[in-house]
Amino acid sequence: MSSADNNGRALPRAGRALPRAGRALPWALVTPALGWTLLFFVLPFIAMGFSSLTAHEGGGFTLTNYSQFFTNPSYWQAMVNSLQVTAIVTVVSVLLAYPFAWILAEQVPERWQRLALMLAVLPFWTSYVVRSYSWLLVLAQNGVINRALIGSGLFSEPVQLANTRFATVTGFVHFFVMLLTLTIFANLKQLSPSYRKAAADLGAGPVRTFLHVVLPLTLPGIMVGAFLTFVLCIGDYITPQILGGNNELLMPQLVMMQIGRRGDFPLASALSIILMAVVTIAYLACARWLKIERA
Amino acid sequence: MRQIVRVASWLYALAVYGFIFLPVVVLVLFSLQATSFPIPPFTGPSLRWYNAVLSDPRLTSALVNSLLVASISSLTAVTLGFLSAWGFARFVLPGSGLLRGLITLPLTVSYLIIGMGLLVLFNWAGVPKSLLAAGIGHVVINLPLCFAIIYSQMGDHQINIERAARDLGAPEWKVLLLITVPVMAPAIFAGFFLSMTFSWDEFVISFLLTRFDTTLPVEIWNLLRSGLNPKTNAVGSLVFAVSIILVVLFELTLLRRRKA
Repeated sequence: MSSADNNGRALPRAGRALPRAGRALPWALVTPALGWTLLFFVLPFIAMGFSSLTAHEGGGFTLTNYSQFFTNPSYWQAMVNSLQVTAIVTVVSVLLAYPFAWILAEQVPERWQRLALMLAVLPFWTSYVVRSYSWLLVLAQNGVINRALIGSGLFSEPVQLANTRFATVTGFVHFFVMLLTLTIFANLKQLSPSYRKAAADLGAGPVRTFLHVVLPLTLPGIMVGAFLTFVLCIGDYITPQILGGNNELLMPQLVMMQIGRRGDFPLASALSIILMAVVTIAYLACARWLKIERA
Repeated sequence: MRQIVRVASWLYALAVYGFIFLPVVVLVLFSLQATSFPIPPFTGPSLRWYNAVLSDPRLTSALVNSLLVASISSLTAVTLGFLSAWGFARFVLPGSGLLRGLITLPLTVSYLIIGMGLLVLFNWAGVPKSLLAAGIGHVVINLPLCFAIIYSQMGDHQINIERAARDLGAPEWKVLLLITVPVMAPAIFAGFFLSMTFSWDEFVISFLLTRFDTTLPVEIWNLLRSGLNPKTNAVGSLVFAVSIILVVLFELTLLRRRKA
């Protein structure tokens, strides 16, 4: 769309139409939002940076909060766990969501698509806490799945499902399948039908058309969705805490533990900053696939 | 071949819908349980646990707190977002791209880290934990969202209506209140309802920044310590219902925009 350059040209015109406004009005409009962001987003970040460099006891300058992360194997392990869980969740969610989004976009009649999509992402709109609790009901020792397994005669003893990595991954995949279905569906719908017609005219069957035309063209959308999954997944505290339990710690759980049990703000700040650094590195690593095009 | 693809598609879609709805159905079904455990077999339906929720002063006051924090923080976020979107869309400002980037920056940072930062700052500045502190955090996460939604909807035809009003002698505040706000109403409402949804469901910032008076997700978290309980199912179902109402309102305002 050309709205961007239309805007660009319209700006000076609108500016000239405002002789009375002067320079004060525009700044008065944008300053509250900028001020809020500086005061309650940038400043806290700086405070966290300072805090991460002070000793928990005494308060002097120190780097131990950072060096601990590399020397204490349990902290290091939390990061490894987080990266493993996030990688599994991202891959499984994409693999589940892509065919689903494709079916919604291609096989469901046009007039039902909006409803089908709305239904598919309905549970997306509930609190992390409620969603994780709901999965606990399903996966618990005497929950729905275990009752069904025993009832069917397949198992005689309940299977340990809750408080495992499997439970954490299931809770996450549930959420991200919905998120990815939304982004991939939007991507498939944006695809002009003429690409597919051209492929068919050139003699490609449906499978070849999909593999060589549709899939490559939707790959950028998948990458954006996968990155979003990565960022949201690696920073979430609730799902691993409720579903995974304390058997293995992920990074957000480790951060919260420093505040909750020990009131160790400096260490919690340092761990948060390390977590953010990892997300930033991941962003830079896939930045060239993440050229988010403006509508 | 085509037939096989169709049948396989149906089966696959049904399986995914089943996976997506399984926890929700279990949650709502066992909120109607008549006995004390939300596990099979189903013994209801009974509204016993909804009564228990509504007669629990901790939960009802948390519900009121949640609604207050969500509506006031969303109102603040949408007001700041709208004013800044108008400023950036209508005037040439030096460093505009950079400043817009700054406003949308919090979208890329996880809630946990935003909450941590505010906790450290407030702790250092001596600001006590409170609903106000949590509300400030909710504005931080929702302001970029409101800004992005409203900014993306400010098009050319609106500029022309505003110019017409100015040419007819309307002062700037009148243009804003009588022209821009009504024209942008769908985007403003969409931003507001989306913010309400996110604030209503938000846990970790409220958890870090409140103490005794707290919001509903944090109170549900406290309930979880007592294990599986149909009362938690009931309050969870209520939270889910309110979220759905907010999302439907959001969808409706967007639909109205498309028709207009």
